[in-house]
Amino acid sequence: MKLDTSGLETTMPVIGFGSNSEMLDGFSSVPSFDLPRTTDFDGFQKKAVEMVKPAKGTTTLAFIFKEGVMVAADSRASMGGYISSQSVKKIIEINPYMLGTMAGGAADCQFWHRNLGIKCRLHELANKRRISVSGASKLLANMLYSYRGMGLSVGTMIAGWDETGPGLYYVDNEGGRLKGDRFSVGSGSPYAYGVLDSGYKFDMSVEEASELARRSIYHATFRDGASGGVASVYHVGPQGWKKLSGDDVGELHYHYYPVTPVTAEHVMEEAAE
Amino acid sequence: MTKQHANWSPYDNNGGTCVAIAGSDYCVIAADTRMSTGYSILSRDYSKIHKLADRAVLSSSGFQADVKALQKVLKSRHLIYQHQHNKQMSCPAMAQLLSNTLYFKRFFPYYAFNVLGGLDEEGKGCVFTYDAVGSYERVGYGAQGSGSTLIMPFLDNQLKSPSPLLLPKQDSNTPLSEAEAVDLVKTVFASATERDIYTGDRLEIMILKADGIKTELMDLRKD
Repeated sequence: MKLDTSGLETTMPVIGFGSNSEMLDGFSSVPSFDLPRTTDFDGFQKKAVEMVKPAKGTTTLAFIFKEGVMVAADSRASMGGYISSQSVKKIIEINPYMLGTMAGGAADCQFWHRNLGIKCRLHELANKRRISVSGASKLLANMLYSYRGMGLSVGTMIAGWDETGPGLYYVDNEGGRLKGDRFSVGSGSPYAYGVLDSGYKFDMSVEEASELARRSIYHATFRDGASGGVASVYHVGPQGWKKLSGDDVGELHYHYYPVTPVTAEHVMEEAAE
Repeated sequence: MTKQHANWSPYDNNGGTCVAIAGSDYCVIAADTRMSTGYSILSRDYSKIHKLADRAVLSSSGFQADVKALQKVLKSRHLIYQHQHNKQMSCPAMAQLLSNTLYFKRFFPYYAFNVLGGLDEEGKGCVFTYDAVGSYERVGYGAQGSGSTLIMPFLDNQLKSPSPLLLPKQDSNTPLSEAEAVDLVKTVFASATERDIYTGDRLEIMILKADGIKTELMDLRKD
């Protein structure tokens, strides 16, 4: 099977006397993925995933509104049933005006977003202008399509502001790419959609939109075991992205549902009977 | 006709636990020295800690053959880096190199659970924790391996610091002194040894500071 390794290429000059030895300069040969020599690739991948249990699970959301794009995510990573981290950065800063969200396999999302950032920068240098959100999402979708069926797990949203205004695309490991103005991805997305869809209005202010995003993530973390940690909210405007808030969802719970103190004397009197 | 299942697996788990704690100007990396396979002990004196650079030390549990291969790749890449840049790699740079090295075997993973510890560019302690395919994150403390599920909750209890994702930003390095951190590590391994069959024999502790690396050894239960 011929894999598209263009995402792994480097344009570094070959140092040394035109030799192709990787040890001499580390850059000349195009790196490619090691594949296991087995007749049953899918079975091997299934077993490998069960063994190593890469980190995944999440709630992310993004929506376009009057003032730009609002992007929010939780920060929990789980390995099987074990919470491997409560502080994962799921909103990846591809460049100062584009964000990517992470859902699915943590390593897959981290690696391909970093790779996308490199390709976007190369595009800028080659074309003397910023890449559009449409272009960036297409680059990512094409890369993922070429690895279709090999077990990558990526459910990401590319959000940004380019010449045509705010842009939001959903890209997944099947190679699917959808343009839209409201998405939520991850195990907690059904819960987030409920809150997001019922509260959404195009004409919201930045404060209203960020509160809606925060509340949607909070409700998803409340009901989904694989989501939790810190709810981060970012806003992408014409000047680029800005992080608006990062709140621990445990504390958000008591912020939305404060505990009313019960007077202790009342209880004691009844027990004295 | 029942499907024939492969009875040979390229992987094995040699057990063991690794822990690292980052401080304001030091980093403590510790691992037990027991290497096992199934219910047998292969060695009571196998070091799981590898120095990659002056300011970056890797500790890995899992399948030690994969760990050895991974360590060789990193060591040679570091040597090339030194020849090309005339300086040692910093810990954050080594962290990204490790992540990429792990991801390049995404379809045939290194069965290695890594914790990278060291000092960052400013001389502050840093710890990076990984999963087997390369997703990584800078944290204030980390544990990986068979005893990690026993140790992490206790470290969370003692060292839990504000998440680096919170806004306004709060410092996430532990306020512990070096002696307190070493003491905590010894306590934590003694407890993990009681309840995890793959952890024990001896504890190797490496303390990284700007002026050098110190190694300490402590006996653990051998049963």
